[in-house]
Amino acid sequence: MSQTRVNASAPFKKKGALAPPRKSLKVPRLFIFLCLSPWLFGIIFFTAYPMVTSFYQSFTKFNLIDSPEWVGLENFNRMFFEDDDFWISLKNTIWISAVSIPLRICFAIFTAWVLTKPKRGKNLYRTIFFLPSMVPAVAGTMVFTYIFNPAYGPINKILEKIGIDEPPFWFLDPKWSKWGLILLGLWGIGDTMIIFLAGLLDVPKSLYEAAELEGATGWQSFRYITLPLMTPVIFFSTVTGVIGSFQYFTQAFVAAGQVNDYSHSMYFYATHIYHSAFKAYEMGYASALAWFLLVITLLCTLVILKTQKRWVHYPNGSLFK
Amino acid sequence: MSLYTAEQHALIDAQSIKARRAKKWNTFLHMVGNHSLLIALSAIFILPLYLVIVISLMSKGQAETRSLWPTPFVWHNYVEVFTAVPFLKWTLNTLFVSIMGTIGTVVSSVPPAYVLSRLQWKGRQTTFIIILSTMMLPGQVTMIPVYIIFSRLHWIPSFLPLIVPSFFASAFSIFLLRQFFTSIPDEISDAARIDGCSEFKLMMRIIVPLAKPAISAIALFAFLGSWNDFFGPLLYIVENQDLWTLGIGLNAFQGEHHVDTNMMMTASALFMAPVIVIFFFSQKVFIEGVTLTGVKG
Repeated sequence: MSQTRVNASAPFKKKGALAPPRKSLKVPRLFIFLCLSPWLFGIIFFTAYPMVTSFYQSFTKFNLIDSPEWVGLENFNRMFFEDDDFWISLKNTIWISAVSIPLRICFAIFTAWVLTKPKRGKNLYRTIFFLPSMVPAVAGTMVFTYIFNPAYGPINKILEKIGIDEPPFWFLDPKWSKWGLILLGLWGIGDTMIIFLAGLLDVPKSLYEAAELEGATGWQSFRYITLPLMTPVIFFSTVTGVIGSFQYFTQAFVAAGQVNDYSHSMYFYATHIYHSAFKAYEMGYASALAWFLLVITLLCTLVILKTQKRWVHYPNGSLFK
Repeated sequence: MSLYTAEQHALIDAQSIKARRAKKWNTFLHMVGNHSLLIALSAIFILPLYLVIVISLMSKGQAETRSLWPTPFVWHNYVEVFTAVPFLKWTLNTLFVSIMGTIGTVVSSVPPAYVLSRLQWKGRQTTFIIILSTMMLPGQVTMIPVYIIFSRLHWIPSFLPLIVPSFFASAFSIFLLRQFFTSIPDEISDAARIDGCSEFKLMMRIIVPLAKPAISAIALFAFLGSWNDFFGPLLYIVENQDLWTLGIGLNAFQGEHHVDTNMMMTASALFMAPVIVIFFFSQKVFIEGVTLTGVKG
């Protein structure tokens, strides 16, 4: 603050005095405020206020027309002890996270790793692998429920041709419907794959050359070079995967609507919130469900963060010091 | 491949021609193996897209026979789809929401990103952390009160709840832009400031033109985000059929009126087409955006 401008007539005593004193330029407070104002307005009215209200409403009975009525912990009591759909949706959600998050990571590493191999045609293959992740979720799901239809969809015909005699009924069979959704998710692996691909291309070539000189096999250099260096990306996609899977909605909702999912095999947590809020108009109960989702998501993220030290290697850590 | 040590060079020289030939053969086999794997994977990724297109060209009867090739090609499907379902209206609605949403996101996200990256001020770091943490917040937690706000404003059903929030900046876009703005050298700003350029002019005339790639990336993500969105329209416009977007229309129409499968596939193909065309023209921007932030939209 007390920095003074360099007086042109005074002889320069210190070398550093030549640099223009940046702090003497005023910080334009009004400009900063104006620039931030859209965001500030948004965060107050579309994030902060709704979070507080929804927390309050989770202890009330509220049907959108009458004013909210305080019921204490009744909503949570109902959730855990009276609502079968809550448990069904929770089980389905945990099942799909537990299966699809690891599968997606493995498949993303695999496709990205295959893409680093060829000398020619890399871009073409990358485009093809990435393309399905761009397809609108509704269109992708409609197409999948149709082509996997055992009666008139062509997928089972192809499976029969390659020697699978009794292919599953996919979305029509409660035991297989979630696998249909998982395949749909794996088809759209593109965006996750691109992050892994960037990670793989960052691994210094010299490490692989050194390993080859030492006589390491392909698997060994994958296991001891590639995999440890990919752990930050694996970590990142696990966290976003957990957060995402509790919000998994569109594909499951559209698929369930297409095939009349009476057995609720594609009824997930986000679907349950949607039904409670916008079909049954139980806003208080739905808010309780939403807050439980937030708590679970935070807990899972914290647990993954805690285990981070054990398995995530950052490049500036052990490997190159 | 070229980082051989002197010892290795000696070793290679000592190898017989035979061994070298074997090595060449080996790399050739490797190449064949890699490409067959890549082609097989490509076939799997392409298969559903291929099937949508062929089924969309089949007659109504043939579309339900598990065929893999249309006989004959019913190009007329692509005309009929506009009368079988209100396809044009859905497309125009989706286009309107997506364009307005894109404008809103760009206009409202550039200024916050600018002050977060190009100016020093107290609380900057805290603000940035708040923005990052809102990116992680599940939308379900705020969804109900926001719905109530819009319903009190009598904005349901209308396009307003889908468009207005985008004018209040998106955390993801601010984040992406900030990363890019930070990489522009400070000297440019300093020079302009010393010449008496106002901060607003500096942002609009100097930084924004330099950040065109990043701005087109957030515009693309915003556009595709709205184009592909299903949940927002499901909450806010389902009640009025005149407002239906492609996603809602495609999903709900079949429930209410019976639509033939070939028509549904034709409509799906047309729904995907713009996205795929946009992707082909802007692949680089896209992939860089995903790599920079780790998420899509």
